Amino acid sequence: MDTYVELAHIYKKFGDFEASHDVNFVVEQGKLVGLLGPSGSGKTTILRMLAGLDTPDSGDILINGQRVNDKAPGERGIGFVFQNYALFRHMTVFDNIAFGLTLQKLKKQALRERVESLIELIGLKGFEKRYPAQLSGGQRQRVAFARALAPNPQLLLLDEPFAAIDAKVRKELRQWLRQTIGKLGITSIFVTHDQEEAVEVADEIIITNKGRIEQKGTPIQIYKEPRTPFVAQFIGESNRIEDYTVFKGFDRLNGRMKEATAGILRPEFIEIAKDADEILTPLAAEKGVVQTTFFRGNVIQVNVEVKGELLNGYRTLEQPPLYAGDEVFVLIHRVYCFDGTKTTVVENRIKSEINSVFI
Amino acid sequence: MPMAYEVMLVKERTLKYILIGISMAFLTLMLILPLVVIASEALSKGWSTYLAAITDPFARKAMWLTLEATLAAVICNTVFGLAAAWLLTRFSFPGKNMLSSLIDLPFAISPVIAGLVFIMMFGRISYLHNFLMTHHLTIVFAAPGIILATIFVTFPFVAREIIPMMNAQGKDEEEAATTMGAGGFTIFRRITLPKIKWGLMYGVILCTARAMGEFGAVSVVSGHIRGKTTTLPLHIEILYNEYNFTAAFAVASILVLLAIIILVLRNFIEWRSKKEA
Repeated sequence: MDTYVELAHIYKKFGDFEASHDVNFVVEQGKLVGLLGPSGSGKTTILRMLAGLDTPDSGDILINGQRVNDKAPGERGIGFVFQNYALFRHMTVFDNIAFGLTLQKLKKQALRERVESLIELIGLKGFEKRYPAQLSGGQRQRVAFARALAPNPQLLLLDEPFAAIDAKVRKELRQWLRQTIGKLGITSIFVTHDQEEAVEVADEIIITNKGRIEQKGTPIQIYKEPRTPFVAQFIGESNRIEDYTVFKGFDRLNGRMKEATAGILRPEFIEIAKDADEILTPLAAEKGVVQTTFFRGNVIQVNVEVKGELLNGYRTLEQPPLYAGDEVFVLIHRVYCFDGTKTTVVENRIKSEINSVFI
Repeated sequence: MPMAYEVMLVKERTLKYILIGISMAFLTLMLILPLVVIASEALSKGWSTYLAAITDPFARKAMWLTLEATLAAVICNTVFGLAAAWLLTRFSFPGKNMLSSLIDLPFAISPVIAGLVFIMMFGRISYLHNFLMTHHLTIVFAAPGIILATIFVTFPFVAREIIPMMNAQGKDEEEAATTMGAGGFTIFRRITLPKIKWGLMYGVILCTARAMGEFGAVSVVSGHIRGKTTTLPLHIEILYNEYNFTAAFAVASILVLLAIIILVLRNFIEWRSKKEA
């Protein structure tokens, strides 16, 4: 795959606030990439620098092999969808979408055809004469999308595209956007603070934190192999534990220094069993005491205390119910452990040994 | 507790009527009565006297000068107001707050002082006096001085009207246009101006009203040369001081008429901008 966008050693400060610190990444042609991070982590700044709305203090921005640092936003071949859509409030839907085309001095007939095809694409036929104030949030979002696409950009940038839309419409719109972008094959980068959104929509995710890039990878890579402690804690649900070596199956240190014992446990790494029959490898399991249980709609969350640490896991509605005070088996499959600034996955040793005996 | 509730309602209604009564009495005394006096005094000696007073060459001169000064003030302050609003809402720079308060200075300073400032700057005692003399430029006690004083006094109206508007609207739409390749002037003409047009017009109207009625600053720089440096308010004062009450009120009625037209325009603009928002 060809590289379409490249950021090299980007630094950017706003006063004392460091928005970008040595930001490097590439985006391949045709990919849909999500910039994911907490607010203030510098993701929007990256997007705005790509668009030319902000200028990096140092470093190079390359789009399609060309350095664009000194190019005006309009010369970069980008389309930008703003968080609050930024539709021209005094223009109709038609005029909004046509704006970029009128700047290109397109012939009237060609312009009309292009705008009409875009209105069809976003499914807003019959709304051409409406003003933005007369549209719902989802409809405005679509108009903003069509307006950005109208001048045929090679790179689409979307800033928190779903943030201002209510939850139900958001899910539909995500799917719609993913399909539409896929159909058009346009390289796209979007910013979000919602990991569910990033995982669902993006081909690849770039995790930002405090102006730095923590990790870039497919949603599965990010999830299964978090490279930094931040990513491990930020993605998915996580319980931080101070010393994972106290648990059965993790006691042997494998030559590891004793201080690197903090770890992250995810609910899905933990199996909570009512008795020894419910799990395959009871020998690898710890004993714990149920503290509380919560009904979470499709699963039951169980909080259980094991050797002084409070862990949580899930049980299905089909499994026999557990109650506070029950003694249970807790099998920990794996732990993300921190080693300096790196994260490694540690598997339950006893479980693996038993499994290999079976085979 | 239905009784107590009813008593409260009655009390509230009484209060409402008392307040309406006070407002009406005050408005009648302070606004309507004076207007009636102007109209009746102006017409007290019949239509022909009225027409003679307002078509008098000096009155017509005064009218022209007022219009000139008003037009100049509106144009200058619109251009300046747009530039200042753009600067103050789109950029940050050291001294921004200072500039922002400086814009309000003409509101805070007495117009008389404003007039005196221009005399000091361009009059006989000024360092600039010799320069102006050699280039045959007269500013004070002439039309340019009056125009300058009017501009000074009406300086903040347009800027003050559109700065909050531009602040509230943000710069997203302008940025969106930038990403589509629009240049500065295109953005101003097609995005910013349409967004602020009602606020801008409102500012222009207030500026016009104030410019036409300005007395203090203009009075100081005018020198009261009849038919040359008198605006309508100054002309009215001269007529009044000459005990020519009918003529004074006749000319005053023109200003009143203009004020009423402006009031109607103002209401129309408010109604339109509400409708669009």
